[in-house]
Amino acid sequence: MRMHTHQEFEAELRNLKDRLLAMGGRCEQMIGLAVRAFEERDEGLANEVMEADRRMNEDELAVDELAVRILALRQPVGRDLRFAVAAVKASTDLERIGDEAVNIAERAIEMQPADRLSPPGSKLSEMARRAGAMLRDALNALVEEDPRLARDVFSQDDAVDRIYGEVMKLCLEYMKDDPDRIPGGMRICNCAKYLERIADHATNIAEMVIFTVEGRDVRHGRA
Amino acid sequence: MSESTEAVADAPSSAKMETRDVNVFYGDNQAIKNVSLDIADRSVTALIGPSGCGKSTYLRALNRMNDTIDLCRVEGSILLDGEDIYDRGVDPVEVRRRVGMVFQKSNPFPKSIFDNVAFGLRIGGESNKDLIAQRVEESLRGAALWDEVKDRLQSSALGLSGGQQQRLCIARCLAVWPEVILMDEPASALDPIATAKIEELIRELREKYTIVIVTPSMQQAARVSDFTAFFYMGELVEHGDTGRMFTRPSKKRTEEYISGRFG
Repeated sequence: MRMHTHQEFEAELRNLKDRLLAMGGRCEQMIGLAVRAFEERDEGLANEVMEADRRMNEDELAVDELAVRILALRQPVGRDLRFAVAAVKASTDLERIGDEAVNIAERAIEMQPADRLSPPGSKLSEMARRAGAMLRDALNALVEEDPRLARDVFSQDDAVDRIYGEVMKLCLEYMKDDPDRIPGGMRICNCAKYLERIADHATNIAEMVIFTVEGRDVRHGRA
Repeated sequence: MSESTEAVADAPSSAKMETRDVNVFYGDNQAIKNVSLDIADRSVTALIGPSGCGKSTYLRALNRMNDTIDLCRVEGSILLDGEDIYDRGVDPVEVRRRVGMVFQKSNPFPKSIFDNVAFGLRIGGESNKDLIAQRVEESLRGAALWDEVKDRLQSSALGLSGGQQQRLCIARCLAVWPEVILMDEPASALDPIATAKIEELIRELREKYTIVIVTPSMQQAARVSDFTAFFYMGELVEHGDTGRMFTRPSKKRTEEYISGRFG
Protein backbone atom coordinates (compact mmCIF):
# COMPACT_ATOMS: atom_id res chain seq x y z
CA MET A 1 0.00 0.00 0.00
CA ARG A 2 1.33 3.40 -0.96
CA MET A 3 1.94 6.14 1.56
CA HIS A 4 -0.87 8.55 2.22
CA THR A 5 -0.70 11.93 0.48
CA HIS A 6 -1.40 13.62 3.83
CA GLN A 7 1.71 12.93 5.91
CA GLU A 8 -0.08 13.87 9.10
CA PHE A 9 -2.84 11.34 8.41
CA GLU A 10 -0.20 8.71 7.68
CA ALA A 11 1.44 9.54 11.02
CA GLU A 12 -1.89 9.17 12.84
CA LEU A 13 -2.49 5.75 11.32
CA ARG A 14 1.04 4.76 12.31
CA ASN A 15 0.41 6.01 15.84
CA LEU A 16 -2.76 3.93 16.05
CA LYS A 17 -0.85 0.83 14.98
CA ASP A 18 1.95 1.50 17.46
CA ARG A 19 -0.50 1.89 20.31
CA LEU A 20 -2.22 -1.38 19.44
CA LEU A 21 1.17 -3.12 19.31
CA ALA A 22 2.07 -1.65 22.70
CA MET A 23 -1.24 -2.87 24.15
CA GLY A 24 -0.56 -6.30 22.68
CA GLY A 25 2.92 -6.38 24.21
CA ARG A 26 1.47 -5.50 27.59
CA CYS A 27 -1.17 -8.22 27.24
CA GLU A 28 1.41 -10.83 26.42
CA GLN A 29 3.42 -9.87 29.46
CA MET A 30 0.30 -9.99 31.65
CA ILE A 31 -0.59 -13.49 30.48
CA GLY A 32 2.91 -14.77 31.29
CA LEU A 33 2.95 -13.08 34.70
CA ALA A 34 -0.53 -14.30 35.62
CA VAL A 35 0.19 -17.92 34.78
CA ARG A 36 3.47 -17.78 36.70
CA ALA A 37 1.68 -16.20 39.66
CA PHE A 38 -0.78 -19.09 39.57
CA GLU A 39 1.80 -21.81 39.16
CA GLU A 40 4.10 -20.41 41.85
CA ARG A 41 1.33 -19.00 44.11
CA ASP A 42 3.11 -15.63 43.97
CA GLU A 43 0.90 -12.80 45.18
CA GLY A 44 3.46 -10.16 44.19
CA LEU A 45 3.29 -11.23 40.55
CA ALA A 46 -0.51 -11.33 40.74
CA ASN A 47 -0.52 -7.72 41.97
CA GLU A 48 1.70 -6.72 39.07
CA VAL A 49 -0.95 -8.11 36.73
CA MET A 50 -3.64 -6.01 38.42
CA GLU A 51 -1.50 -2.91 38.09
CA ALA A 52 -0.82 -3.60 34.40
CA ASP A 53 -4.56 -3.97 33.83
CA ARG A 54 -5.18 -0.43 35.01
CA ARG A 55 -2.75 0.86 32.37
CA MET A 56 -4.43 -1.44 29.85
CA ASN A 57 -7.79 0.22 30.47
CA GLU A 58 -6.21 3.62 29.86
CA ASP A 59 -4.65 2.32 26.64
CA GLU A 60 -8.04 1.14 25.43
CA LEU A 61 -9.52 4.61 25.93
CA ALA A 62 -6.56 6.24 24.18
CA VAL A 63 -6.82 3.95 21.15
CA ASP A 64 -10.56 4.51 20.85
CA GLU A 65 -10.12 8.26 21.17
CA LEU A 66 -7.50 8.31 18.44
CA ALA A 67 -9.63 6.13 16.14
CA VAL A 68 -12.70 8.34 16.70
CA ARG A 69 -10.57 11.39 15.98
CA ILE A 70 -9.40 9.85 12.68
CA LEU A 71 -12.98 8.95 11.75
CA ALA A 72 -14.21 12.46 12.51
CA LEU A 73 -11.41 14.55 11.08
CA ARG A 74 -10.05 12.42 8.22
CA GLN A 75 -13.25 10.74 7.14
CA PRO A 76 -11.31 7.69 6.00
CA VAL A 77 -12.66 5.42 3.30
CA GLY A 78 -11.68 2.04 1.92
CA ARG A 79 -8.90 0.25 3.75
CA ASP A 80 -8.21 3.18 6.08
CA LEU A 81 -11.84 3.10 7.19
CA ARG A 82 -11.74 -0.65 7.72
CA PHE A 83 -8.50 -0.31 9.71
CA ALA A 84 -9.95 2.39 11.98
CA VAL A 85 -12.99 0.18 12.67
CA ALA A 86 -10.73 -2.84 13.24
CA ALA A 87 -8.57 -0.84 15.67
CA VAL A 88 -11.58 0.01 17.84
CA LYS A 89 -12.67 -3.62 17.92
CA ALA A 90 -9.12 -4.89 18.52
CA SER A 91 -8.66 -2.51 21.45
CA THR A 92 -11.76 -4.04 23.06
CA ASP A 93 -10.40 -7.55 22.55
CA LEU A 94 -7.04 -6.52 24.02
CA GLU A 95 -8.68 -4.96 27.05
CA ARG A 96 -10.69 -8.17 27.59
CA ILE A 97 -7.49 -10.20 27.36
CA GLY A 98 -6.18 -8.02 30.18
CA ASP A 99 -9.32 -8.83 32.18
CA GLU A 100 -8.80 -12.56 31.65
CA ALA A 101 -5.21 -12.23 32.88
CA VAL A 102 -6.58 -10.49 35.98
CA ASN A 103 -8.98 -13.43 36.48
CA ILE A 104 -6.02 -15.82 36.48
CA ALA A 105 -4.16 -13.58 38.95
CA GLU A 106 -7.21 -13.59 41.22
CA ARG A 107 -7.28 -17.40 41.23
CA ALA A 108 -3.57 -17.24 42.24
CA ILE A 109 -4.38 -14.99 45.20
CA GLU A 110 -7.18 -17.31 46.35
CA MET A 111 -4.70 -20.13 46.86
CA GLN A 112 -3.15 -20.80 50.26
CA PRO A 113 0.67 -20.70 50.52
CA ALA A 114 0.62 -24.41 51.29
CA ASP A 115 -1.41 -25.29 48.20
CA ARG A 116 0.46 -27.12 45.54
CA LEU A 117 -0.38 -26.97 41.89
CA SER A 118 -2.54 -29.97 41.02
CA PRO A 119 -1.13 -32.20 38.26
CA PRO A 120 -3.54 -31.08 35.46
CA GLY A 121 -2.16 -27.55 35.97
CA SER A 122 1.06 -28.54 34.25
CA LYS A 123 -0.64 -27.89 30.91
CA LEU A 124 -1.47 -24.25 31.70
CA SER A 125 1.92 -22.82 30.83
CA GLU A 126 1.74 -24.43 27.40
CA MET A 127 -1.72 -22.94 26.86
CA ALA A 128 -0.42 -19.55 28.00
CA ARG A 129 2.57 -19.76 25.67
CA ARG A 130 0.36 -20.65 22.71
CA ALA A 131 -2.26 -17.99 23.47
CA GLY A 132 0.50 -15.39 23.79
CA ALA A 133 1.98 -16.44 20.45
CA MET A 134 -1.45 -16.20 18.81
CA LEU A 135 -1.87 -12.71 20.16
CA ARG A 136 1.57 -11.70 18.89
CA ASP A 137 0.85 -13.13 15.44
CA ALA A 138 -2.60 -11.53 15.25
CA LEU A 139 -1.19 -8.09 16.06
CA ASN A 140 1.75 -8.48 13.72
CA ALA A 141 -0.72 -9.48 11.03
CA LEU A 142 -2.78 -6.35 11.77
CA VAL A 143 0.18 -4.04 11.64
CA GLU A 144 1.84 -5.73 8.66
CA GLU A 145 -1.55 -6.15 6.95
CA ASP A 146 -0.77 -9.83 6.42
CA PRO A 147 -3.89 -12.02 5.95
CA ARG A 148 -1.80 -15.18 5.62
CA LEU A 149 -0.43 -14.76 9.13
CA ALA A 150 -3.96 -13.95 10.34
CA ARG A 151 -5.27 -17.22 8.92
CA ASP A 152 -2.44 -19.06 10.68
CA VAL A 153 -3.87 -17.74 13.97
CA PHE A 154 -7.15 -19.56 13.22
CA SER A 155 -5.37 -22.92 13.09
CA GLN A 156 -3.41 -22.12 16.24
CA ASP A 157 -6.74 -21.54 17.97
CA ASP A 158 -7.81 -25.09 17.09
CA ALA A 159 -4.71 -26.38 18.90
CA VAL A 160 -5.52 -24.32 22.02
CA ASP A 161 -9.09 -25.63 22.00
CA ARG A 162 -7.73 -29.20 21.89
CA ILE A 163 -5.46 -28.62 24.89
CA TYR A 164 -8.34 -26.99 26.74
CA GLY A 165 -10.40 -30.15 26.16
CA GLU A 166 -7.54 -32.28 27.50
CA VAL A 167 -7.14 -30.11 30.62
CA MET A 168 -10.87 -30.37 31.36
CA LYS A 169 -10.73 -34.14 31.01
CA LEU A 170 -7.68 -34.42 33.27
CA CYS A 171 -9.31 -32.16 35.86
CA LEU A 172 -12.47 -34.26 35.94
CA GLU A 173 -10.42 -37.42 36.39
CA TYR A 174 -8.40 -35.74 39.10
CA MET A 175 -11.40 -34.43 41.05
CA LYS A 176 -13.82 -37.33 40.80
CA ASP A 177 -12.01 -39.65 43.26
CA ASP A 178 -11.53 -37.10 46.04
CA PRO A 179 -13.85 -34.19 46.88
CA ASP A 180 -10.96 -32.39 48.61
CA ARG A 181 -9.38 -31.95 45.21
CA ILE A 182 -12.36 -30.03 43.84
CA PRO A 183 -11.31 -26.45 44.81
CA GLY A 184 -7.83 -26.84 43.28
CA GLY A 185 -9.20 -28.66 40.24
CA MET A 186 -11.85 -26.03 39.64
CA ARG A 187 -9.27 -23.27 39.78
CA ILE A 188 -7.31 -25.03 37.06
CA CYS A 189 -10.47 -25.53 35.00
CA ASN A 190 -11.21 -21.83 35.32
CA CYS A 191 -7.70 -20.74 34.40
CA ALA A 192 -7.80 -23.03 31.37
CA LYS A 193 -11.10 -21.39 30.38
CA TYR A 194 -9.56 -17.92 30.75
CA LEU A 195 -6.65 -18.90 28.52
CA GLU A 196 -9.01 -20.42 25.98
CA ARG A 197 -10.93 -17.11 25.95
CA ILE A 198 -7.67 -15.20 25.45
CA ALA A 199 -7.00 -17.34 22.38
CA ASP A 200 -10.52 -16.52 21.14
CA HIS A 201 -9.86 -12.79 21.52
CA ALA A 202 -6.63 -13.19 19.52
CA THR A 203 -8.70 -14.98 16.86
CA ASN A 204 -11.14 -12.06 16.80
CA ILE A 205 -8.24 -9.71 16.10
CA ALA A 206 -7.06 -12.00 13.29
CA GLU A 207 -10.56 -11.87 11.80
CA MET A 208 -10.37 -8.08 11.79
CA VAL A 209 -7.11 -8.34 9.84
CA ILE A 210 -8.92 -10.19 7.05
CA PHE A 211 -11.62 -7.49 7.17
CA THR A 212 -9.02 -4.72 6.99
CA VAL A 213 -6.98 -6.16 4.16
CA GLU A 214 -9.54 -8.03 2.07
CA GLY A 215 -12.75 -6.22 2.98
CA ARG A 216 -14.37 -9.56 3.86
CA ASP A 217 -16.11 -10.23 7.14
CA VAL A 218 -15.18 -13.78 8.15
CA ARG A 219 -16.69 -13.69 11.62
CA HIS A 220 -19.26 -16.30 12.69
CA GLY A 221 -18.15 -18.81 10.10
CA ARG A 222 -18.68 -16.50 7.16
CA ALA A 223 -16.21 -17.46 4.47
CA MET B 1 -5.85 -4.08 -21.82
CA SER B 2 -8.22 -1.42 -20.64
CA GLU B 3 -9.93 -2.20 -17.36
CA SER B 4 -13.02 -0.32 -18.44
CA THR B 5 -14.77 -3.25 -20.08
CA GLU B 6 -14.75 -5.23 -16.84
CA ALA B 7 -15.38 -2.26 -14.63
CA VAL B 8 -19.10 -2.53 -14.06
CA ALA B 9 -19.33 -4.49 -10.83
CA ASP B 10 -22.76 -4.08 -9.30
CA ALA B 11 -24.68 -2.47 -12.13
CA PRO B 12 -28.08 -0.88 -11.55
CA SER B 13 -31.09 -2.99 -12.40
CA SER B 14 -32.84 -0.49 -14.65
CA ALA B 15 -30.85 1.91 -16.79
CA LYS B 16 -32.16 5.29 -17.95
CA MET B 17 -29.08 5.83 -20.08
CA GLU B 18 -26.71 3.25 -21.50
CA THR B 19 -23.35 4.24 -22.85
CA ARG B 20 -21.32 1.74 -24.86
CA ASP B 21 -17.69 2.00 -25.94
CA VAL B 22 -17.75 5.77 -25.75
CA ASN B 23 -14.66 7.57 -27.05
CA VAL B 24 -14.36 11.35 -27.02
CA PHE B 25 -11.61 13.20 -28.87
CA TYR B 26 -10.52 16.82 -28.82
CA GLY B 27 -8.68 16.90 -32.14
CA ASP B 28 -5.99 14.23 -31.82
CA ASN B 29 -6.26 14.09 -28.07
CA GLN B 30 -8.44 11.26 -26.76
CA ALA B 31 -10.16 12.41 -23.58
CA ILE B 32 -12.47 9.40 -23.04
CA LYS B 33 -11.41 5.85 -23.81
CA ASN B 34 -13.90 3.06 -24.36
CA VAL B 35 -16.24 3.89 -21.53
CA SER B 36 -19.27 1.63 -21.09
CA LEU B 37 -21.50 2.65 -18.24
CA ASP B 38 -25.18 2.37 -17.40
CA ILE B 39 -26.87 5.29 -15.66
CA ALA B 40 -29.48 3.99 -13.23
CA ASP B 41 -33.01 5.36 -13.53
CA ARG B 42 -34.13 7.69 -10.70
CA SER B 43 -30.88 7.41 -8.83
CA VAL B 44 -27.86 9.59 -8.35
CA THR B 45 -24.69 8.52 -10.12
CA ALA B 46 -21.52 10.36 -9.09
CA LEU B 47 -18.52 10.63 -11.38
CA ILE B 48 -15.26 11.01 -9.48
CA GLY B 49 -11.60 11.12 -10.43
CA PRO B 50 -8.60 13.45 -10.45
CA SER B 51 -8.57 16.64 -12.52
CA GLY B 52 -8.34 15.93 -16.20
CA CYS B 53 -9.62 12.35 -15.87
CA GLY B 54 -12.44 13.03 -18.33
CA LYS B 55 -15.40 13.02 -15.96
CA SER B 56 -16.74 16.41 -17.14
CA THR B 57 -16.11 15.52 -20.78
CA TYR B 58 -18.08 12.31 -20.32
CA LEU B 59 -20.88 14.21 -18.55
CA ARG B 60 -21.12 16.69 -21.40
CA ALA B 61 -21.33 13.85 -23.90
CA LEU B 62 -24.55 12.72 -22.21
CA ASN B 63 -26.55 15.67 -23.56
CA ARG B 64 -24.49 16.56 -26.62
CA MET B 65 -23.07 19.61 -24.93
CA ASN B 66 -19.77 18.78 -26.65
CA ASP B 67 -21.42 19.42 -30.04
CA THR B 68 -20.75 23.09 -29.48
CA ILE B 69 -16.98 22.47 -29.46
CA ASP B 70 -15.68 22.33 -33.02
CA LEU B 71 -12.78 19.96 -32.52
CA CYS B 72 -14.74 17.57 -30.34
CA ARG B 73 -15.73 14.15 -31.72
CA VAL B 74 -17.83 11.54 -29.91
CA GLU B 75 -17.79 7.84 -30.88
CA GLY B 76 -19.75 4.89 -29.54
CA SER B 77 -23.37 4.83 -28.51
CA ILE B 78 -25.17 6.85 -25.86
CA LEU B 79 -28.73 5.66 -25.41
CA LEU B 80 -31.52 7.51 -23.64
CA ASP B 81 -34.43 5.12 -23.04
CA GLY B 82 -32.86 2.86 -25.67
CA GLU B 83 -32.53 5.55 -28.34
CA ASP B 84 -29.15 6.87 -29.48
CA ILE B 85 -29.01 10.62 -28.78
CA TYR B 86 -26.35 11.03 -31.48
CA ASP B 87 -28.47 9.45 -34.25
CA ARG B 88 -29.16 11.55 -37.27
CA GLY B 89 -32.59 13.05 -37.02
CA VAL B 90 -32.35 13.49 -33.27
CA ASP B 91 -32.75 17.16 -32.35
CA PRO B 92 -29.94 18.17 -29.95
CA VAL B 93 -32.17 20.87 -28.45
CA GLU B 94 -34.76 18.24 -27.55
CA VAL B 95 -31.95 16.06 -26.10
CA ARG B 96 -30.88 18.95 -23.89
CA ARG B 97 -34.45 19.51 -22.75
CA ARG B 98 -34.77 15.87 -21.69
CA VAL B 99 -31.22 15.81 -20.32
CA GLY B 100 -30.76 19.13 -18.50
CA MET B 101 -27.57 20.53 -17.11
CA VAL B 102 -26.50 22.53 -14.08
CA PHE B 103 -23.03 24.06 -14.13
CA GLN B 104 -20.36 24.71 -11.53
CA LYS B 105 -20.87 28.45 -11.58
CA SER B 106 -24.49 29.42 -11.32
CA ASN B 107 -25.42 31.28 -14.48
CA PRO B 108 -28.77 33.01 -14.08
CA PHE B 109 -29.78 35.34 -16.89
CA PRO B 110 -29.82 39.05 -16.01
CA LYS B 111 -33.59 38.89 -15.74
CA SER B 112 -36.14 38.49 -13.00
CA ILE B 113 -36.40 35.32 -10.97
CA PHE B 114 -39.69 34.53 -12.71
CA ASP B 115 -38.33 35.12 -16.20
CA ASN B 116 -35.32 32.94 -15.55
CA VAL B 117 -37.51 29.95 -14.74
CA ALA B 118 -40.01 30.73 -17.50
CA PHE B 119 -37.26 31.15 -20.09
CA GLY B 120 -37.17 27.57 -21.37
CA LEU B 121 -40.93 27.34 -21.64
CA ARG B 122 -41.20 30.59 -23.57
CA ILE B 123 -38.51 29.77 -26.10
CA GLY B 124 -40.16 26.38 -26.41
CA GLY B 125 -43.21 28.26 -27.69
CA GLU B 126 -45.41 28.24 -24.58
CA SER B 127 -47.47 31.41 -24.30
CA ASN B 128 -50.22 30.48 -21.84
CA LYS B 129 -49.47 32.78 -18.93
CA ASP B 130 -51.36 30.75 -16.34
CA LEU B 131 -49.59 27.60 -17.34
CA ILE B 132 -46.21 29.34 -17.26
CA ALA B 133 -46.93 30.80 -13.81
CA GLN B 134 -47.99 27.41 -12.53
CA ARG B 135 -44.90 25.74 -13.93
CA VAL B 136 -42.61 28.44 -12.49
CA GLU B 137 -44.06 27.84 -9.04
CA GLU B 138 -43.80 24.06 -9.38
CA SER B 139 -40.20 24.34 -10.53
CA LEU B 140 -39.20 26.73 -7.75
CA ARG B 141 -40.87 24.43 -5.23
CA GLY B 142 -39.09 21.46 -6.81
CA ALA B 143 -35.79 23.28 -6.38
CA ALA B 144 -36.60 24.11 -2.73
CA LEU B 145 -36.48 27.84 -3.47
CA TRP B 146 -40.17 28.87 -3.59
CA ASP B 147 -40.50 29.90 0.06
CA GLU B 148 -37.45 32.13 -0.18
CA VAL B 149 -38.43 33.97 -3.38
CA LYS B 150 -42.24 33.81 -3.71
CA ASP B 151 -42.62 37.44 -2.60
CA ARG B 152 -40.05 38.82 -4.99
CA LEU B 153 -40.46 36.89 -8.21
CA GLN B 154 -40.00 40.04 -10.26
CA SER B 155 -36.69 40.97 -8.60
CA SER B 156 -33.47 40.40 -10.45
CA ALA B 157 -32.07 36.90 -10.15
CA LEU B 158 -28.63 38.45 -9.77
CA GLY B 159 -29.64 39.71 -6.31
CA LEU B 160 -29.91 36.15 -4.98
CA SER B 161 -27.14 34.55 -2.95
CA GLY B 162 -24.82 32.05 -4.62
CA GLY B 163 -26.69 29.08 -3.23
CA GLN B 164 -30.06 30.53 -4.22
CA GLN B 165 -28.77 31.26 -7.73
CA GLN B 166 -27.67 27.67 -8.08
CA ARG B 167 -31.10 26.42 -6.95
CA LEU B 168 -32.66 28.89 -9.41
CA CYS B 169 -30.61 27.27 -12.18
CA ILE B 170 -31.93 23.90 -11.04
CA ALA B 171 -35.49 25.31 -11.12
CA ARG B 172 -34.87 26.64 -14.63
CA CYS B 173 -33.75 23.19 -15.64
CA LEU B 174 -36.81 21.53 -14.00
CA ALA B 175 -39.26 23.89 -15.74
CA VAL B 176 -38.97 22.12 -19.08
CA TRP B 177 -39.77 18.66 -17.70
CA PRO B 178 -36.36 17.03 -17.97
CA GLU B 179 -35.85 13.33 -17.31
CA VAL B 180 -32.14 13.39 -16.57
CA ILE B 181 -30.24 16.18 -14.80
CA LEU B 182 -26.48 16.50 -15.28
CA MET B 183 -24.65 18.48 -12.61
CA ASP B 184 -21.08 19.60 -13.10
CA GLU B 185 -19.63 20.39 -9.66
CA PRO B 186 -22.86 22.15 -8.65
CA ALA B 187 -21.72 23.04 -5.13
CA SER B 188 -18.04 23.83 -5.70
CA ALA B 189 -18.48 27.55 -5.24
CA LEU B 190 -20.86 27.34 -2.27
CA ASP B 191 -20.43 27.52 1.49
CA PRO B 192 -21.19 24.42 3.63
CA ILE B 193 -24.81 25.41 4.41
CA ALA B 194 -25.64 26.21 0.78
CA THR B 195 -23.85 22.98 -0.20
CA ALA B 196 -25.94 21.00 2.28
CA LYS B 197 -29.13 22.48 0.79
CA ILE B 198 -28.07 21.50 -2.72
CA GLU B 199 -27.17 18.00 -1.52
CA GLU B 200 -30.51 17.67 0.25
CA LEU B 201 -32.22 18.81 -2.93
CA ILE B 202 -30.32 16.26 -5.00
CA ARG B 203 -31.57 13.50 -2.69
CA GLU B 204 -35.16 14.73 -3.15
CA LEU B 205 -34.88 15.15 -6.92
CA ARG B 206 -33.82 11.55 -7.38
CA GLU B 207 -37.38 10.46 -6.58
CA LYS B 208 -38.44 11.89 -9.95
CA TYR B 209 -35.28 12.37 -11.97
CA THR B 210 -32.15 10.54 -12.97
CA ILE B 211 -29.14 12.51 -11.79
CA VAL B 212 -25.51 12.37 -12.83
CA ILE B 213 -23.16 14.54 -10.81
CA VAL B 214 -19.49 15.33 -11.29
CA THR B 215 -17.92 16.24 -7.99
CA PRO B 216 -14.37 16.94 -6.86
CA SER B 217 -15.38 16.04 -3.31
CA MET B 218 -15.39 12.37 -2.51
CA GLN B 219 -17.31 13.01 0.67
CA GLN B 220 -19.98 14.67 -1.41
CA ALA B 221 -20.10 11.71 -3.78
CA ALA B 222 -20.42 9.43 -0.75
CA ARG B 223 -23.21 11.55 0.74
CA VAL B 224 -25.41 12.13 -2.28
CA SER B 225 -24.97 9.27 -4.71
CA ASP B 226 -26.35 5.77 -5.05
CA PHE B 227 -23.73 4.73 -7.58
CA THR B 228 -20.19 5.97 -8.04
CA ALA B 229 -18.05 5.75 -11.16
CA PHE B 230 -14.31 6.33 -10.85
CA PHE B 231 -12.57 7.75 -13.91
CA TYR B 232 -8.83 7.87 -14.37
CA MET B 233 -6.98 9.14 -17.44
CA GLY B 234 -10.06 8.92 -19.61
CA GLU B 235 -10.95 5.39 -18.57
CA LEU B 236 -13.70 4.11 -16.33
CA VAL B 237 -11.80 2.17 -13.69
CA GLU B 238 -14.67 1.01 -11.52
CA HIS B 239 -18.38 1.59 -11.13
CA GLY B 240 -20.69 0.32 -8.45
CA ASP B 241 -22.85 0.83 -5.42
CA THR B 242 -21.55 3.89 -3.54
CA GLY B 243 -21.51 2.12 -0.18
CA ARG B 244 -19.30 -0.59 -1.57
CA MET B 245 -17.09 1.79 -3.56
CA PHE B 246 -16.19 3.70 -0.40
CA THR B 247 -15.77 0.74 1.94
CA ARG B 248 -14.30 -1.99 -0.22
CA PRO B 249 -13.59 -0.96 -3.80
CA SER B 250 -12.44 -3.86 -5.93
CA LYS B 251 -9.71 -2.06 -7.88
CA LYS B 252 -6.41 -0.99 -6.36
CA ARG B 253 -6.43 2.30 -8.26
CA THR B 254 -9.86 3.16 -6.86
CA GLU B 255 -8.72 2.34 -3.34
CA GLU B 256 -5.64 4.51 -3.73
CA TYR B 257 -7.60 7.44 -5.13
CA ILE B 258 -10.48 7.49 -2.65
CA SER B 259 -8.16 7.07 0.32
CA GLY B 260 -5.89 9.88 -0.86
CA ARG B 261 -2.91 7.79 -1.90
CA PHE B 262 -2.51 9.11 -5.41
CA GLY B 263 1.02 10.26 -6.15
